[in-house]
Amino acid sequence: MKQKTTAFVLSQKELAPDIYEMWLETSLATEAGPGQFLCLYPKDKSTLLPRPISICEIDQEKKALRIVYRIAGAGTREFSGYQSGDCVSVLGPLGNGYAPGEGMGKKVFLMGGGIGIPPLLELAKQLQAEKQIILGYRDSRLFLKEDFEQYGTLYIATEDGSVGTRGNVMDVITANALEADVIFACGPMPMLRAIRTFAAKKQIPAYISLEERMACGVGVCLGCVARTREIDRHSHVHNARICTDGPVFEAQDVEI
Amino acid sequence: MNTQVTLAGVTFKNPVMTASGTFGSGMEYSEFIDLSRLGAVVTKGVANVPWPGNPVPRVAEVYGGMLNAIGLQNPGVDVFLKRDIPFLKQYDTKIIVNVCGKTVADYVEVVERLGEEPAIAMLEINVSCPNVKEGAIAFGQNADALSDITREIKSHAKQPVIMKLSPNVTDITEMAKAAEAAGADALSLINTITGMKIDIHRRKFVLANKTGGMSGPAIKPVAVRMVYQAAHAVKIPVIGMGGISNADDAIEFLLAGASAVSVGAMNFVNPYTTVEVAEGIRDYMEKYHIENVTDLIGAVE
Repeated sequence: MKQKTTAFVLSQKELAPDIYEMWLETSLATEAGPGQFLCLYPKDKSTLLPRPISICEIDQEKKALRIVYRIAGAGTREFSGYQSGDCVSVLGPLGNGYAPGEGMGKKVFLMGGGIGIPPLLELAKQLQAEKQIILGYRDSRLFLKEDFEQYGTLYIATEDGSVGTRGNVMDVITANALEADVIFACGPMPMLRAIRTFAAKKQIPAYISLEERMACGVGVCLGCVARTREIDRHSHVHNARICTDGPVFEAQDVEI
Repeated sequence: MNTQVTLAGVTFKNPVMTASGTFGSGMEYSEFIDLSRLGAVVTKGVANVPWPGNPVPRVAEVYGGMLNAIGLQNPGVDVFLKRDIPFLKQYDTKIIVNVCGKTVADYVEVVERLGEEPAIAMLEINVSCPNVKEGAIAFGQNADALSDITREIKSHAKQPVIMKLSPNVTDITEMAKAAEAAGADALSLINTITGMKIDIHRRKFVLANKTGGMSGPAIKPVAVRMVYQAAHAVKIPVIGMGGISNADDAIEFLLAGASAVSVGAMNFVNPYTTVEVAEGIRDYMEKYHIENVTDLIGAVE
């Protein structure tokens, strides 16, 4: 069940320039799943709205959640200053995440681009499949590489070509002639569009995680909608709520 | 201690309501709070047919508040009556349905349909929608248009009618008086204040719609002033809203002349705000030995 509660910061670490990881101790960990997200509330009251941040890793035993986030503005900058022992208001776990069952025993791509990489980690952990993990970065300042290596065959793309394949995650597929039965992905919109087209051509399912500016995070404000093929269950107008119907959608179900 | 208030013959267990568009039809926030603890749930705007709303981005944060340009996405009155009313009926709270439209005929169609449903206590009319027949200026920004739509709706409505006033006008008292003279049973204000935000790095508007309605704590002083002015210009009751985040804020609106209050954008920040406001009003009454919450209405000296 969704809950707004206080989480305690266990650790904070800069993984790459402006990319931080924070482990939070919270009861929400027991209910969280891969691809779901949390809303974190800045303490500065001039920044009112919660910040939606994907869950990177779940430690149910320690009741802890790991988030990996990029400083994008005042709110995330405030979060990056938190230290072990600090507390933060969180709402969660939110959204419909990835269903690991959809990839069970299959040959899969886990494709992440930039700050879309983190939510794939918990999925990589839970998914029992032949995992080809394809991560796209801007340059050689990689993050979470060692974490992903344990869970599958790892391929890297960098825009500047400093590590792995020069280009993006799609270029990795071409360069290595990779194939899959199902795709799980998160990343910038151009990458998700390319994956959607690729999946349609190959006639394989692709579960993509979308992002949009949100206010409430729980499906009330209707701020974060995505155009859908079928009528949505809330307003019956082909506008699904990313925060509640998503953030993970089958790629062909959304018009992006 | 008596926290009841009566507006246009409808009695509410307490003066705390939800501002339209910030609470859906209560389903999502019922996971957090007991809706029966609210004076009323004011629903998101309902149109005659489903409205798809605006392109994204639809929301943006601003200092101490937010902008929204949702564009009144809603499933239309059919789905609303079939799905949302039965849900709300499970709770011991009053149901106020917000109505939106593009033409007077649209509004009337919804108002007539809602008239068939006795569980609906009151109607709230959103007159900040663009009037498509009049160059898209909002009904609530012109006293004659406001007067016409109020009169037309009153002649079709089965329930008492609250006209929700736009703050984007030169003189709020002119609008308040026009609505009262045309037969409105109550007023609610303020709706959001039109704003804009520009991303200086991309040199683009943050909202796809360019402009959006501002809400949140930053607008509260403007709202308190307008509620005070409107409440002193008319005899019908006024529901006050705009930036309420706690009981202190709500009491300020009551003292300014509001007979009830609504919590809006702060629901997004803290889903428990409405219940906390209701409890805080009781605490205040206890502290100052106030027997009836109605004693606070307009009690600023």
